[in-house]
Amino acid sequence: MDQDLSRQLAERVHTAQAAGMPLRIAAGNTKAWLGRPVEGETLDVAGHRGIVGYEPTELVLTARAGTPLSEIEAALAEAGQCLAFEPPHFGDAATLGGSVACNLSGPARPYAGACRDFVLGTRIINGRGEVLRFGGEVMKNVAGYDLSRLMAGAQGTLGVILEVSLKVLPRPAAEQTLALEMDAAAAIRQFNAWAARPLPITAACHDGERVRVRLSGAEAALRAARRKLGGEVVADAEAFWRSVREQSHAFFNGSGALWRLSLPPATPVDPILLQFIDWGGAQRWVYSEPPPWEAAAAAGGHATRWRAGCHAPSPSGGEGRGGGAVFQPLPEGLMALHRRVKRSLDPAGILNPGRLYPEL
Amino acid sequence: MSESGTSPAVHARRSDLVRGLLALLPAESVLHEPEDLRPYECDGLSAYRRLPMVVALPSTPEQVQAVMRLAHRLRVPVVARGAGTGLSGGALPLEDGLLLSLAKMKSILAIDPVARTARVQPGVRNLAISEAARPHGLYYAPDPSSQIACTIGGNVAENSGGVHCLKYGLTVHNVLKLEVVTVEGERLTLGADALDAPGYDLLALMTGSEGLLAVVVEATVRLLPTPERAQVLLAAYDDVACAGAAVGAIIAAGIIPAGLEMMDNPAIRAAEAFVHADYPVEAAAILLCELDGTNEEVSEQVMRVRELLLQSGATEVRTARDEAERALFWKGRKAAFPAVGRLSPDYYCMDGTIPRRRLPEVLERIEALSKAYGLPVANVFHAGDGNLHPLILYDANRPGELERTEELGGRILELCVEVGGTITGEHGVGMEKINQMCVQFRPAELEQFHAVKAAFDPEGLLNPGKAVPTLHRCAEFGAMHVHGGQLKFPDIPRF
Repeated sequence: MDQDLSRQLAERVHTAQAAGMPLRIAAGNTKAWLGRPVEGETLDVAGHRGIVGYEPTELVLTARAGTPLSEIEAALAEAGQCLAFEPPHFGDAATLGGSVACNLSGPARPYAGACRDFVLGTRIINGRGEVLRFGGEVMKNVAGYDLSRLMAGAQGTLGVILEVSLKVLPRPAAEQTLALEMDAAAAIRQFNAWAARPLPITAACHDGERVRVRLSGAEAALRAARRKLGGEVVADAEAFWRSVREQSHAFFNGSGALWRLSLPPATPVDPILLQFIDWGGAQRWVYSEPPPWEAAAAAGGHATRWRAGCHAPSPSGGEGRGGGAVFQPLPEGLMALHRRVKRSLDPAGILNPGRLYPEL
Repeated sequence: MSESGTSPAVHARRSDLVRGLLALLPAESVLHEPEDLRPYECDGLSAYRRLPMVVALPSTPEQVQAVMRLAHRLRVPVVARGAGTGLSGGALPLEDGLLLSLAKMKSILAIDPVARTARVQPGVRNLAISEAARPHGLYYAPDPSSQIACTIGGNVAENSGGVHCLKYGLTVHNVLKLEVVTVEGERLTLGADALDAPGYDLLALMTGSEGLLAVVVEATVRLLPTPERAQVLLAAYDDVACAGAAVGAIIAAGIIPAGLEMMDNPAIRAAEAFVHADYPVEAAAILLCELDGTNEEVSEQVMRVRELLLQSGATEVRTARDEAERALFWKGRKAAFPAVGRLSPDYYCMDGTIPRRRLPEVLERIEALSKAYGLPVANVFHAGDGNLHPLILYDANRPGELERTEELGGRILELCVEVGGTITGEHGVGMEKINQMCVQFRPAELEQFHAVKAAFDPEGLLNPGKAVPTLHRCAEFGAMHVHGGQLKFPDIPRF
């Protein structure tokens, strides 16, 4: 099943560039709905798969973009390791390439880092059809511009990701989740107060009624932390955090337009909006019909239209969410720079055009 | 590389530039007399020296913008400089260029103990951030050893690391937001006070770009709670391979040490003779392993690491009994560079990274190269993250020794690339390793770097000639010879 399709994929891109034919990059199609719809010929990366290097004591795993995330996580689990940024899958077919392209991270993000923080190196095809390698398989590397991390979150608009080297980490010796009753405003205060103390917290969310906080580390450390935090031990906490990460939690079953707000973690809560607070206050999910662009920007953050009303994210993908901006509009100067960066990697504008912004 | 005299064209440009700058900045912030320019002729890699045409010292972001607009209008290249502690010649001035010193912009603008951030100007020293955060029980994690002197603007330019980066990350992992000024003088915000920002991750692209993309005028960094406790173990080995295996065993046991350092015998002897840290001078290698976290976590891990070290063949394992002994264990390591410097008139510090499992082989081959070139090499190793600092001992006064040193250094970096590593882990490419970039990257990759550079700076006016070689230069790789490195600030501990 493992195969290296680098050459074939690069040829496709090269041909498409010559013909000015836009390409829609796809693999597992679990995150196709995230972003603006792309018109173009499908470039299927799913067949380009396989773990090409994994040395647990080096804390580095390298795999081809089409490798299923589940395969990677299983290999890591066997060696007692994990992807510490807890990537959401949004479907069984989720691949490494799509996860990195979307730079999605789960509940551990504020404590462990984001997907982009774990990217050590990439092999990509740029818009000229050239296979290029940036970064590497070592923790520290400052040779050349960091184009690897730039691929994280670019959603395929700057290059077709062929291969990624990720830093991996040991799984914690033990984990425990505590539940505490409090309102959202108190939760925000509590999250920030906790984060300023040396506590072994690796996730903290508020579902509208109660806080759940996850502790990770040595058993003795968890016992000591629990004495400081109080609260009730949550049974089957793993399933709970999975439901937060995969958005199968009941909160996400609402039918309205769902927005992701990325905010400074101490931003006061909006008492009117129904919301789910994750990332210790730094990521908030709200249902809102009017786009919350201004409010998010005023608070020092940004908004993403996660889905329009009556349209749940489904593993089978779909046509996106129709018209309207998905991502927070950029100031003009910054957008101009984005256009130039895009052109430097994809001069013909054939890679996932318009997926992030119509101009890119 | 001293420049003697200047051409009439440079002279005319200088007059235009000085006149323009004096309209924007107070007279004391514009330097153009040779004796005033002298302190700026080099950075921490003092073997590369060149007087800038003019030095400007703006004190506000608005002044930086105005200076950049002026330089852009006159088509004068600009080299930005922080404290000048860089080790790769990244802040080496241009004789027909403007040196933009950010040294006057050294205000800590805000410490937010609730959101755990510090907003600072680029000239703020790395350590000053942690000092300002300390009353809140917080600190700034990246700790390059020059942290008492180096500034955050320079840290961003180089993506600086430090002893603790295996666990706490590099600069790129700890910066939230940058205010930058482009070559045209436009001010942009990259990143956000939130954990991510819309659009491309230009914050990551900017970090480690060695002053080639834009000038940092403000940085917002993440602060972390000071760990409850830190403990350090010292293990001695009579075989370097065993020490390397011990590192793998610790990580395989699921422990990520806050710091994990290795020194080989020449480095141990040098450090011991210098600071008397009571290091075992007969050992082939020593490992220093620092564990931090909650009290309980550290207690448990110290016991496990001790066991693992003994199992891996350590001839001796010591655990620091108190804070004073912990400081002593580290003292030798932190003084390793100047300690090695005492053994020889000159030394040259390399900065490659290798996959850790290749360490024994790499050390063996470095030893063989060292013999072949007749130049002793001491090795200091950030064992946790594979960052190797071979220190080549030489005497610049002996004819030909400098050239041999540079050649040996180049061979060592090429060896790092060959085993799957990189030519620079944390010091940057700058001027120093620009030839080795031709070894690490293929022409299409270098061309891609140039294209990205052009997206920010189409005319190539920001720090030209550094970090990314032209293909032409790669073709001539080997033709250039410059004087091998002497460290400025020899008294600052470095890694």
